[in-house]
Amino acid sequence: MLAHSIFFYTFSLIAIISAVMVTVSKNTVHSVFFLILDFISISCLFIMIGAEFLGMIMLIVYVGAVAVLFLFVVMMLNVAQQKNQWFSAQESSKHIPLGIIISVIIFFELIIVIGGWKYKPDLVTAMSLTIDKDISNTHSIGHVLYTDYIHIFQLSGMILLVAMIGAIVLTFRQRPGVKRQSYFSQISRERSDSVEMIEVEKNKGVIVDD
Amino acid sequence: MIDIGLGHYLTLGAIIFTVGIVGIFLNRKNIIVILMSIELILLAVNINLVAFSIFLNDLSGQIFTLFILTVAAAEAAIGLAIIVVYYRNSSTIDVEKINSLKG
Repeated sequence: MLAHSIFFYTFSLIAIISAVMVTVSKNTVHSVFFLILDFISISCLFIMIGAEFLGMIMLIVYVGAVAVLFLFVVMMLNVAQQKNQWFSAQESSKHIPLGIIISVIIFFELIIVIGGWKYKPDLVTAMSLTIDKDISNTHSIGHVLYTDYIHIFQLSGMILLVAMIGAIVLTFRQRPGVKRQSYFSQISRERSDSVEMIEVEKNKGVIVDD
Repeated sequence: MIDIGLGHYLTLGAIIFTVGIVGIFLNRKNIIVILMSIELILLAVNINLVAFSIFLNDLSGQIFTLFILTVAAAEAAIGLAIIVVYYRNSSTIDVEKINSLKG
Protein backbone atom coordinates (compact mmCIF):
# COMPACT_ATOMS: atom_id res chain seq x y z
CA MET A 1 0.00 0.00 0.00
CA LEU A 2 2.93 2.31 0.69
CA ALA A 3 4.42 1.66 -2.74
CA HIS A 4 1.01 2.30 -4.30
CA SER A 5 0.72 5.68 -2.63
CA ILE A 6 4.31 6.63 -3.45
CA PHE A 7 3.75 5.83 -7.12
CA PHE A 8 0.41 7.65 -7.12
CA TYR A 9 1.88 10.84 -5.68
CA THR A 10 4.90 10.69 -8.00
CA PHE A 11 2.88 10.22 -11.17
CA SER A 12 0.19 12.71 -10.24
CA LEU A 13 2.77 15.33 -9.29
CA ILE A 14 4.48 14.87 -12.66
CA ALA A 15 1.09 15.05 -14.39
CA ILE A 16 0.04 18.27 -12.64
CA ILE A 17 3.39 20.00 -13.15
CA SER A 18 3.48 19.09 -16.82
CA ALA A 19 -0.15 20.20 -17.26
CA VAL A 20 0.81 23.59 -15.82
CA MET A 21 3.86 23.71 -18.07
CA VAL A 22 1.67 23.02 -21.12
CA THR A 23 -0.21 26.25 -20.52
CA VAL A 24 2.65 28.50 -19.43
CA SER A 25 5.45 27.41 -21.76
CA LYS A 26 6.78 30.16 -23.99
CA ASN A 27 7.61 27.78 -26.79
CA THR A 28 4.79 25.80 -28.38
CA VAL A 29 7.06 22.83 -29.08
CA HIS A 30 7.84 22.61 -25.36
CA SER A 31 4.09 22.65 -24.67
CA VAL A 32 3.64 19.64 -26.94
CA PHE A 33 6.47 17.82 -25.17
CA PHE A 34 4.92 18.49 -21.77
CA LEU A 35 1.58 17.28 -23.13
CA ILE A 36 3.28 14.00 -24.07
CA LEU A 37 4.77 13.75 -20.56
CA ASP A 38 1.33 14.38 -19.08
CA PHE A 39 -0.28 11.64 -21.15
CA ILE A 40 2.48 9.18 -20.27
CA SER A 41 2.17 9.77 -16.53
CA ILE A 42 -1.62 9.52 -16.63
CA SER A 43 -1.42 6.27 -18.56
CA CYS A 44 1.04 4.99 -15.90
CA LEU A 45 -1.65 5.82 -13.32
CA PHE A 46 -4.24 3.92 -15.35
CA ILE A 47 -2.00 0.88 -15.59
CA MET A 48 -1.31 1.13 -11.86
CA ILE A 49 -4.94 1.03 -10.74
CA GLY A 50 -5.83 -1.84 -13.04
CA ALA A 51 -7.05 -0.39 -16.33
CA GLU A 52 -4.15 -1.70 -18.39
CA PHE A 53 -5.94 -1.70 -21.72
CA LEU A 54 -6.92 1.94 -21.44
CA GLY A 55 -3.42 2.92 -20.34
CA MET A 56 -1.87 1.27 -23.36
CA ILE A 57 -4.54 2.65 -25.73
CA MET A 58 -3.90 6.08 -24.27
CA LEU A 59 -0.19 5.72 -24.99
CA ILE A 60 -0.86 4.62 -28.56
CA VAL A 61 -3.61 7.10 -29.42
CA TYR A 62 -2.44 10.21 -27.58
CA VAL A 63 1.34 9.93 -27.62
CA GLY A 64 1.55 8.07 -30.90
CA ALA A 65 -1.04 9.94 -32.91
CA VAL A 66 -2.47 13.10 -31.38
CA ALA A 67 0.71 14.57 -29.91
CA VAL A 68 2.67 13.80 -33.06
CA LEU A 69 -0.11 15.50 -35.04
CA PHE A 70 0.21 18.56 -32.81
CA LEU A 71 3.98 18.55 -33.21
CA PHE A 72 3.63 18.21 -36.97
CA VAL A 73 1.24 21.16 -37.20
CA VAL A 74 3.39 23.31 -34.91
CA MET A 75 6.46 22.69 -37.01
CA MET A 76 4.60 23.08 -40.30
CA LEU A 77 2.96 26.38 -39.38
CA ASN A 78 6.18 27.89 -38.02
CA VAL A 79 4.56 29.20 -34.85
CA ALA A 80 7.38 27.98 -32.65
CA GLN A 81 8.87 31.44 -32.81
CA GLN A 82 5.55 33.09 -32.08
CA LYS A 83 5.87 33.35 -28.35
CA ASN A 84 3.15 32.28 -26.01
CA GLN A 85 3.25 35.27 -23.70
CA TRP A 86 -0.11 35.65 -22.07
CA PHE A 87 1.26 36.77 -18.74
CA SER A 88 3.58 39.43 -20.10
CA ALA A 89 1.31 41.03 -22.69
CA GLN A 90 0.62 44.59 -21.63
CA GLU A 91 -2.43 45.62 -23.59
CA SER A 92 -4.54 42.53 -22.97
CA SER A 93 -3.99 41.84 -19.29
CA LYS A 94 -7.49 42.81 -18.21
CA HIS A 95 -8.86 39.32 -18.66
CA ILE A 96 -6.27 37.65 -16.42
CA PRO A 97 -7.84 38.44 -12.98
CA LEU A 98 -11.32 37.51 -14.21
CA GLY A 99 -10.04 34.24 -15.66
CA ILE A 100 -8.19 33.36 -12.47
CA ILE A 101 -11.28 34.11 -10.36
CA ILE A 102 -13.51 31.95 -12.54
CA SER A 103 -10.96 29.11 -12.52
CA VAL A 104 -10.64 29.21 -8.73
CA ILE A 105 -14.44 29.12 -8.41
CA ILE A 106 -14.63 26.11 -10.74
CA PHE A 107 -11.89 24.33 -8.79
CA PHE A 108 -13.55 24.86 -5.43
CA GLU A 109 -16.91 23.74 -6.80
CA LEU A 110 -15.30 20.53 -8.00
CA ILE A 111 -13.56 20.01 -4.64
CA ILE A 112 -16.83 20.58 -2.78
CA VAL A 113 -18.59 18.04 -5.00
CA ILE A 114 -15.81 15.49 -4.49
CA GLY A 115 -15.65 16.04 -0.74
CA GLY A 116 -19.37 15.77 -0.17
CA TRP A 117 -19.95 12.83 -2.48
CA LYS A 118 -21.37 9.58 -1.09
CA TYR A 119 -22.80 6.61 -2.88
CA LYS A 120 -25.25 4.08 -1.58
CA PRO A 121 -23.66 0.75 -0.64
CA ASP A 122 -26.23 -1.26 -2.54
CA LEU A 123 -25.50 0.68 -5.71
CA VAL A 124 -22.52 -1.56 -6.39
CA THR A 125 -24.51 -4.77 -6.28
CA ALA A 126 -27.22 -3.43 -8.57
CA MET A 127 -24.84 -2.94 -11.46
CA SER A 128 -24.66 -5.31 -14.36
CA LEU A 129 -21.12 -4.90 -15.62
CA THR A 130 -19.11 -5.94 -12.58
CA ILE A 131 -15.43 -6.47 -13.18
CA ASP A 132 -14.48 -10.12 -13.15
CA LYS A 133 -11.22 -10.62 -11.30
CA ASP A 134 -10.41 -13.94 -12.98
CA ILE A 135 -9.99 -12.65 -16.52
CA SER A 136 -7.77 -9.83 -17.63
CA ASN A 137 -8.85 -6.25 -18.21
CA THR A 138 -8.53 -6.45 -21.99
CA HIS A 139 -10.51 -9.68 -22.06
CA SER A 140 -13.38 -8.25 -20.05
CA ILE A 141 -13.52 -5.06 -22.13
CA GLY A 142 -13.63 -7.17 -25.26
CA HIS A 143 -16.49 -9.21 -23.82
CA VAL A 144 -18.58 -6.11 -23.29
CA LEU A 145 -17.47 -3.87 -26.15
CA TYR A 146 -18.48 -6.17 -29.00
CA THR A 147 -21.75 -7.34 -27.50
CA ASP A 148 -23.53 -4.77 -25.36
CA TYR A 149 -21.92 -1.66 -26.83
CA ILE A 150 -21.64 -2.75 -30.46
CA HIS A 151 -23.80 0.07 -31.81
CA ILE A 152 -21.84 2.74 -29.98
CA PHE A 153 -18.65 1.06 -31.17
CA GLN A 154 -19.80 1.24 -34.79
CA LEU A 155 -20.87 4.85 -34.24
CA SER A 156 -17.41 5.76 -32.97
CA GLY A 157 -15.99 4.19 -36.11
CA MET A 158 -18.29 6.43 -38.14
CA ILE A 159 -17.08 9.45 -36.14
CA LEU A 160 -13.49 8.58 -36.99
CA LEU A 161 -14.39 8.15 -40.66
CA VAL A 162 -16.15 11.52 -40.78
CA ALA A 163 -13.19 13.14 -39.04
CA MET A 164 -10.78 11.61 -41.53
CA ILE A 165 -12.84 12.72 -44.54
CA GLY A 166 -13.28 16.17 -43.04
CA ALA A 167 -9.58 16.64 -42.39
CA ILE A 168 -8.68 15.51 -45.90
CA VAL A 169 -11.34 17.70 -47.55
CA LEU A 170 -10.34 20.73 -45.49
CA THR A 171 -6.64 20.55 -46.19
CA PHE A 172 -6.79 19.27 -49.76
CA ARG A 173 -5.81 21.75 -52.39
CA GLN A 174 -4.99 21.53 -56.06
CA ARG A 175 -2.16 23.78 -57.03
CA PRO A 176 -2.28 25.20 -60.56
CA GLY A 177 0.71 24.52 -62.76
CA VAL A 178 1.74 21.23 -61.21
CA LYS A 179 2.27 18.42 -63.70
CA ARG A 180 0.44 15.36 -62.50
CA GLN A 181 -0.19 11.98 -63.99
CA SER A 182 -3.52 11.87 -65.81
CA TYR A 183 -4.78 8.32 -65.82
CA PHE A 184 -7.77 9.02 -68.03
CA SER A 185 -5.78 10.52 -70.88
CA GLN A 186 -3.24 7.71 -70.55
CA ILE A 187 -5.84 4.98 -70.81
CA SER A 188 -7.94 6.63 -73.49
CA ARG A 189 -4.95 7.15 -75.77
CA GLU A 190 -5.16 5.13 -78.97
CA ARG A 191 -2.70 3.97 -81.53
CA SER A 192 -3.90 6.36 -84.20
CA ASP A 193 -3.24 9.35 -81.94
CA SER A 194 0.43 8.66 -81.56
CA VAL A 195 1.67 6.60 -84.50
CA GLU A 196 1.54 7.88 -88.07
CA MET A 197 2.36 5.84 -91.12
CA ILE A 198 4.27 7.73 -93.82
CA GLU A 199 4.80 6.51 -97.31
CA VAL A 200 8.44 7.22 -98.11
CA GLU A 201 9.26 7.97 -101.70
CA LYS A 202 12.46 6.73 -103.25
CA ASN A 203 15.59 8.86 -103.08
CA LYS A 204 13.98 11.52 -100.95
CA GLY A 205 14.23 11.65 -97.20
CA VAL A 206 11.51 12.05 -94.71
CA ILE A 207 10.78 15.53 -93.45
CA VAL A 208 9.68 15.34 -89.89
CA ASP A 209 7.92 18.47 -88.82
CA ASP A 210 8.44 19.19 -85.19
CA MET B 1 -2.85 10.14 3.09
CA ILE B 2 -1.23 6.74 2.66
CA ASP B 3 -4.37 4.91 1.64
CA ILE B 4 -5.17 5.96 -1.91
CA GLY B 5 -8.89 6.06 -2.52
CA LEU B 6 -11.38 7.38 -5.01
CA GLY B 7 -11.10 10.93 -3.68
CA HIS B 8 -7.42 11.16 -4.56
CA TYR B 9 -8.07 10.33 -8.21
CA LEU B 10 -11.04 12.67 -8.37
CA THR B 11 -8.92 15.47 -6.90
CA LEU B 12 -6.23 14.83 -9.50
CA GLY B 13 -8.90 15.00 -12.20
CA ALA B 14 -10.24 18.25 -10.76
CA ILE B 15 -6.77 19.82 -10.68
CA ILE B 16 -5.99 18.88 -14.27
CA PHE B 17 -9.46 20.06 -15.37
CA THR B 18 -8.85 23.43 -13.71
CA VAL B 19 -5.43 23.74 -15.31
CA GLY B 20 -7.07 23.15 -18.69
CA ILE B 21 -9.73 25.80 -17.94
CA VAL B 22 -6.98 28.27 -16.93
CA GLY B 23 -5.16 27.51 -20.16
CA ILE B 24 -8.25 28.33 -22.20
CA PHE B 25 -9.15 31.48 -20.27
CA LEU B 26 -5.75 33.09 -19.99
CA ASN B 27 -4.27 32.27 -23.35
CA ARG B 28 -4.82 35.04 -25.87
CA LYS B 29 -1.94 34.35 -28.15
CA ASN B 30 -1.68 30.81 -29.39
CA ILE B 31 -4.63 28.76 -30.60
CA ILE B 32 -2.69 25.48 -30.62
CA VAL B 33 -2.16 25.77 -26.86
CA ILE B 34 -5.94 26.24 -26.51
CA LEU B 35 -6.49 22.96 -28.38
CA MET B 36 -3.97 21.29 -26.06
CA SER B 37 -5.90 22.65 -23.06
CA ILE B 38 -9.05 21.03 -24.45
CA GLU B 39 -7.12 17.76 -24.63
CA LEU B 40 -6.16 18.24 -20.97
CA ILE B 41 -9.82 18.71 -20.02
CA LEU B 42 -10.81 15.51 -21.83
CA LEU B 43 -7.95 13.74 -20.07
CA ALA B 44 -9.30 14.88 -16.68
CA VAL B 45 -12.73 13.50 -17.58
CA ASN B 46 -11.07 10.21 -18.53
CA ILE B 47 -9.31 10.08 -15.16
CA ASN B 48 -12.64 10.55 -13.38
CA LEU B 49 -14.37 7.84 -15.42
CA VAL B 50 -11.59 5.29 -14.94
CA ALA B 51 -11.37 5.99 -11.20
CA PHE B 52 -15.13 5.50 -10.80
CA SER B 53 -14.96 2.35 -12.89
CA ILE B 54 -12.22 0.80 -10.79
CA PHE B 55 -13.45 1.82 -7.36
CA LEU B 56 -17.14 1.04 -8.00
CA ASN B 57 -16.21 -2.23 -9.71
CA ASP B 58 -18.13 -1.47 -12.88
CA LEU B 59 -16.71 -1.80 -16.35
CA SER B 60 -18.87 0.72 -18.20
CA GLY B 61 -16.68 3.66 -17.18
CA GLN B 62 -13.73 2.20 -19.05
CA ILE B 63 -15.92 1.59 -22.11
CA PHE B 64 -17.00 5.21 -22.14
CA THR B 65 -13.40 6.32 -21.66
CA LEU B 66 -12.62 4.47 -24.87
CA PHE B 67 -15.32 6.40 -26.71
CA ILE B 68 -14.18 9.72 -25.26
CA LEU B 69 -10.69 8.88 -26.50
CA THR B 70 -12.11 8.34 -30.00
CA VAL B 71 -13.98 11.63 -29.97
CA ALA B 72 -10.91 13.46 -28.65
CA ALA B 73 -8.76 12.10 -31.47
CA ALA B 74 -11.35 13.11 -34.07
CA GLU B 75 -11.69 16.55 -32.54
CA ALA B 76 -7.93 17.10 -32.54
CA ALA B 77 -7.68 16.08 -36.20
CA ILE B 78 -10.53 18.37 -37.31
CA GLY B 79 -9.30 21.29 -35.18
CA LEU B 80 -5.76 21.07 -36.50
CA ALA B 81 -7.07 20.83 -40.07
CA ILE B 82 -9.12 24.00 -39.53
CA ILE B 83 -6.04 25.74 -38.11
CA VAL B 84 -3.95 24.71 -41.12
CA VAL B 85 -6.59 26.00 -43.55
CA TYR B 86 -6.92 29.27 -41.64
CA TYR B 87 -3.15 29.74 -41.60
CA ARG B 88 -3.01 29.09 -45.33
CA ASN B 89 -5.70 31.68 -46.01
CA SER B 90 -4.70 34.49 -43.68
CA SER B 91 -1.10 33.56 -42.75
CA THR B 92 -1.66 34.08 -39.03
CA ILE B 93 -3.23 32.05 -36.25
CA ASP B 94 -2.83 34.69 -33.59
CA VAL B 95 -5.96 34.60 -31.44
CA GLU B 96 -6.19 38.36 -31.14
CA LYS B 97 -5.97 38.80 -34.91
CA ILE B 98 -8.70 36.27 -35.70
CA ASN B 99 -11.61 38.71 -35.72
CA SER B 100 -13.10 38.48 -39.18
CA LEU B 101 -16.47 37.48 -37.69
CA LYS B 102 -16.49 40.59 -35.52
CA GLY B 103 -18.25 42.77 -38.08
